[in-house]
Amino acid sequence: MDKYSTIEKIFIYSAIFVFMTFILLPFVEMFYASLRPLDHLFRSPYQFYSDDLSFWAYREMWNTVPLLGRYIFNSFFLASSVAILTLLFVIPAAYSYARFSFPFKNTSLYILLAINMFSGAVLLIPLYKVLRTLGLLNSYQAMIVPGVAFLIPTSIWLLKSYFEKIPVDLEEAAFVDGASRVQILRHIIAPLSTPGLVVVGIYAFIGAYAQQFLFAITFNQKKEFMPIPSGLYEFIGYQSVKWNEMMAASLVGIAPVLILFIFLQKYIVEGLTAGAVKN
Amino acid sequence: MNKKLRSFNSPTFLAYALIAPAAIYILLIVAWPVLETIRLSFTNSSLAGEDYVGFENYEKMLSSKKFNKIVTRTFVWMFFSVSLKLLIGLIGAILLNANLRGRSMFRVLIMPPWVVPIAIGMLGWLWLYNGYFGIIAGIGMHTGILEGPYGFLAYKQSAFISTVISDVWVGTPMVTVFFLAAMQGVPKDLYEAAYCDGASRWDRFFKITLPQITPVIITMSILSAIWTFNSFEIIWILTEGGPRGATTTLIIDTYKQALGNYKFGRGAARAVVVMVLLTLFAGFYLALLARINKKISHG
Repeated sequence: MDKYSTIEKIFIYSAIFVFMTFILLPFVEMFYASLRPLDHLFRSPYQFYSDDLSFWAYREMWNTVPLLGRYIFNSFFLASSVAILTLLFVIPAAYSYARFSFPFKNTSLYILLAINMFSGAVLLIPLYKVLRTLGLLNSYQAMIVPGVAFLIPTSIWLLKSYFEKIPVDLEEAAFVDGASRVQILRHIIAPLSTPGLVVVGIYAFIGAYAQQFLFAITFNQKKEFMPIPSGLYEFIGYQSVKWNEMMAASLVGIAPVLILFIFLQKYIVEGLTAGAVKN
Repeated sequence: MNKKLRSFNSPTFLAYALIAPAAIYILLIVAWPVLETIRLSFTNSSLAGEDYVGFENYEKMLSSKKFNKIVTRTFVWMFFSVSLKLLIGLIGAILLNANLRGRSMFRVLIMPPWVVPIAIGMLGWLWLYNGYFGIIAGIGMHTGILEGPYGFLAYKQSAFISTVISDVWVGTPMVTVFFLAAMQGVPKDLYEAAYCDGASRWDRFFKITLPQITPVIITMSILSAIWTFNSFEIIWILTEGGPRGATTTLIIDTYKQALGNYKFGRGAARAVVVMVLLTLFAGFYLALLARINKKISHG
């Protein structure tokens, strides 16, 4: 195939540079702001240059936001709980969809897709009532319970396609040889589907991590249960926002998930886009 | 196939039993709230209690000029946001599909807006849009385009544009990733044959790539329309629907009525409108998906 000429290369790289600037500008600016002293940030018009950059804000933020450690823990705890619960509900369902044929199979699969399109924002009033009836307001569960519901549909679709890749002959052979369904699940399905389970689990984790705002501000008022986003926004309304420390706290809060994602992005992207590009 | 095997492959009871936990969960947390919303929309439910009021909420809502404006605004907002996402996403995918050094690194670097919690990304945008200390106003002032500080979220028109841009920022990575995946799924021999026939890079894009990825473009435009329609956190964090309602979309209005003013009945009526529109989108999407699948399995 033909190669790119130098001019074409320069053009493509400059276009990529513009594109990446748009995508990364907020993060770059957040990082830069986190390194600058507060009085440099509060200069108008904007000063592009600061000579005394430091990680001071990364130390000071723990005093300004006393519960920061707790918020970071909460974010992780909430996302992990949601991911594990989602898997528990999704594994049997996805297996059933992948292996068996039964009435209303396709209809219910499409209903799942449709549910995926409803956002939590329109259902807040009745969700509030459900959670109040169950006595779950202002607790971790107030954020976990609705979080799981909105991740189940996509997770079923994703995991179903993984299960479908495991040859059914293996299971049939074991069954004819007298293995019980539980044995088949433990000795054949579980080991073969581990990579799929990991991908779906991570998908649910990242999804849960990203949706930690709406449910958190609506269903939980208790500081000790807040995840990072709603915890930090408690500090944004005030007159003097310590922007450098807010930025530092945000970046520290999202770093673990970003790193996790960078290592696993290939699998997640493959899993998610598989449906879109199957031939 | 022997009898034992057939019973292994179609045990209806077992199949339903395995699905039941997920199904019951969704019925309780999604389906019941949907029905409850419909019921509430016929009441004047508030913190004080509720009475059945028939179609009053709907009549008031549909006859109010403000509501009609909100619906129009929602679709204008969606139109700009979705078209920009598709356009920038397509350009991004073409660029990152070019066989150049560093492309796998760029492919990872486009992900953050998608993976990072929206609320955290918006913290960055709040700072960028800041009229006094933000970099955008700063560049404007240094170059003389702006005469003084300019709060992008403080004026009707610029707030509208700003929320669209931030929404595009959140939505573009996913669109890019899907377009890129589709481009890589195009059989290589098509390109090789065209290359041997002397087709230019331009021709190859318009005659091979574009037609081949059209199904994905169509799917993504509908999905992206649905997500954009549902977009709540971005606008809420940046402007709370203001200034003076300039960025109030249907979702924001629903939230404000219900949880800002505690008019649950009125909020529910708006939520029903949202759900009807979403169901239309979803139906459209599913019908299209069924057609594409049919084409793939027959073609």
